[in-house]
Amino acid sequence: MSLTSRALLGFGTMAVLLFLVGYYQSWNVMLAIFNLCLISGIMALGVNIQWGYAGLFNVGIMGFAAMGGVAAVLVSRPPVMSAWQAGGTNLLISAVVTVAVIGIAVFVARWKRSGWLKSLLMLVVIFGGYLLIRYFYDPAVNAIEADNPAKSGYLGGLGLPIIFSWVIGGLFAAGAAWFIGKVALGLRSDYLAIATLGISEILVAMMKNEDWLTRGVKNVSGLTRPVPYELALQDSPRFAEWVEWFYSGRLAGLTGAEEASLLRQLIVESSSLFVKLCYSGLFLTVLLIVLALCVYALASPWGRMVRAIRDNEVSAAAMGKNVTRRHLQIFILGSAVVGIAGAMLTTLDGQFTPSSYQPLRFTFLIWVMVIVGGSGNNLGAVLGAFLIWFIWIEAEPAGNWLMGVLTSVLDDSSELRKHLINSAQHMRLFIMGIVMLTVMRFSPGGILPESTGRK
Amino acid sequence: MIDFLNAIVLFANFVLIPGFAYGSQLALGALGITLLYSILRFANFAHGDLMAFGTMIVILITWWLQSNGITFGPLPTALLAVPIAVAITAAFALLTDKLVYKHYREIKAPPIRMVMASVGVMFVMNGLVRFIIGPNDQNFFDGERFIIKARAFKKMTGLNEGLAIKSSQLLTVVVAIILVTLLFWFLNRTRTGKSMRAFSDNEDLALLSGISPQKVVMVTWILAAGLATIAGTLYGLDKSFKPFTYFQLLLPMFSAAVVGGVGNPVGAILGGFVVAFSEVTVTYAYKKFLTYLLPTDYAPEGLMQLLSTDYKFAVSFIILVVVLLVRPTGLLKGKVI
Repeated sequence: MSLTSRALLGFGTMAVLLFLVGYYQSWNVMLAIFNLCLISGIMALGVNIQWGYAGLFNVGIMGFAAMGGVAAVLVSRPPVMSAWQAGGTNLLISAVVTVAVIGIAVFVARWKRSGWLKSLLMLVVIFGGYLLIRYFYDPAVNAIEADNPAKSGYLGGLGLPIIFSWVIGGLFAAGAAWFIGKVALGLRSDYLAIATLGISEILVAMMKNEDWLTRGVKNVSGLTRPVPYELALQDSPRFAEWVEWFYSGRLAGLTGAEEASLLRQLIVESSSLFVKLCYSGLFLTVLLIVLALCVYALASPWGRMVRAIRDNEVSAAAMGKNVTRRHLQIFILGSAVVGIAGAMLTTLDGQFTPSSYQPLRFTFLIWVMVIVGGSGNNLGAVLGAFLIWFIWIEAEPAGNWLMGVLTSVLDDSSELRKHLINSAQHMRLFIMGIVMLTVMRFSPGGILPESTGRK
Repeated sequence: MIDFLNAIVLFANFVLIPGFAYGSQLALGALGITLLYSILRFANFAHGDLMAFGTMIVILITWWLQSNGITFGPLPTALLAVPIAVAITAAFALLTDKLVYKHYREIKAPPIRMVMASVGVMFVMNGLVRFIIGPNDQNFFDGERFIIKARAFKKMTGLNEGLAIKSSQLLTVVVAIILVTLLFWFLNRTRTGKSMRAFSDNEDLALLSGISPQKVVMVTWILAAGLATIAGTLYGLDKSFKPFTYFQLLLPMFSAAVVGGVGNPVGAILGGFVVAFSEVTVTYAYKKFLTYLLPTDYAPEGLMQLLSTDYKFAVSFIILVVVLLVRPTGLLKGKVI
């Protein structure tokens, strides 16, 4: 089967599956799954850029996605003026001092002389600088967090439309990727994996603990939406007209009170569908743009160069390609795409909850998507994202049902049965792990393998 | 003078003793990572979860023993369970090797493929552990809790500050010393150990001189699984067992292995202590300590904590980054890279 027909078959199957969910469960559930499929698709594209194009193993996807989430908060929330007044000055001073200390440290590091004097100086700069930063930072943080802690207790954001955060989130993630890439690229490939694992844990730890920035585990809820609210729609006469027109067939035979109550019910149902559809439209647009860019990039001379580097670094370097620079570039690009998806996810959730960032959900699941879909193939990554997310969601009811059937021979009050049913959710991880290992072992190309060379 | 003694005791109680125990636990874990790295040549991401798996088996056996009324006197019952658990964990590790890693070794896949496979194994193990024992905290310590109690120490010395030594801490250090001694004896004196070192130095030459690669790989897995199980058990006895915490231990263990020089067993031990002591000293609040040492007028107001305990993983990460930047081979030269 050619790659094109495989892709068509794959996406066709996905469409049928989603339709079945919509038909038998509800269209609401189907759209909820579809929206997350789209976001996962973008994340998988980001990972595919790193792994599929260049063979960079990033185990810190969670951290980059979380950067996007922070961007959503910092862009969309209105600024908290009283908090800025309470601690803004000190915070800005500490930021200036931080930059200065880093500048001096870099200056010392580049100093030509080496020996104990340099090391001593470096130590003094870093330690003294740290104490100085803390001198301004601590009171600022205390003042900000003490300012109306139940409701805000943080600096707020810029108060801009949340859609801008998709770009900012990408930039944030790119910044983190630049730092990690600078340190770990160019060394053994395992080190990048270890370093990304570390940075993602630290980024999430920061989001949990720096209350002045993100409210920490108190979460930020009620983020503004780029799409209308359900309640506003339900009150809008225009929307009511649309619904009436759309369902005119069903409403036709009814009269008076019956018609009014059915109409009301339909309006409530369609308002939530409409909101989800709006999100789908936005996400689909972003996905298509990113996908198109990815496809063009991979087909361009740049794409060939990157794949050449992946397949043989030594010979690519011999051809005059700057391997480390290209790796850094790709690492930043891929992470930025993940950051964009992270911001979109937080937008969809409408709230930022740092404790929801779990490596299993955000790092590992995305990896399974890319490997199953086909690393190196953009469409494959997207297809993998759709398929795996669908399985991930639908596996829970299926798993519970299966566990219920399997344990039905046991007594209802049996401890073992309770334990097994409660633990069924952990089986998902186990099964996903098995899927990943199996595909890696027996079909390393995935569903849609990378297409190489002339056909 | 009394103030000075008080400060020393305080420091020993909250920094030195916990640091030694934690360092020994990390060192045992890092030894496993380093051994696997030098023989199989990949960074094993599943090591934290291998620890969790081994500890889980220990806990299950301990519960079974306890329910049958078997205890180990003043020592924790878990120690009785360790040998069986080591055997089971080693068998499990060998199974993963046979099912997963062996293939990549045979096709001579690049190391990053092995790393990826180990990430897959990590999640399988993680799911398995959560499925069997659940994601929550488990405390399985029994027996005598303290060797020296803080109050007894205060009474004995007449100081303000107490010094408490938990039996789990002493146990950790003693077991670590015994294990490390045995391991080095094994690596340096026995035939199998020597063939392992030869294999790690030069695989082709080792194969030419008739060393069986299967045997070397097998022994390495058994050693790594054993070390991981014991390290995990000691950590669990000292603190408590929670699958996610064990997953997070991966980072300090990696740092320890890299700091000491990957592939170098002495380095792994050194690295374990470097990471543990940096973590403990950086996250310790020095307020009381300084109050004892400084004249009353200069007593600090804040906690005098360099970094909040929530960021203890940042410490191992920063150490890792600094070592990668300044000295990628580690403190004691690791051989690969």
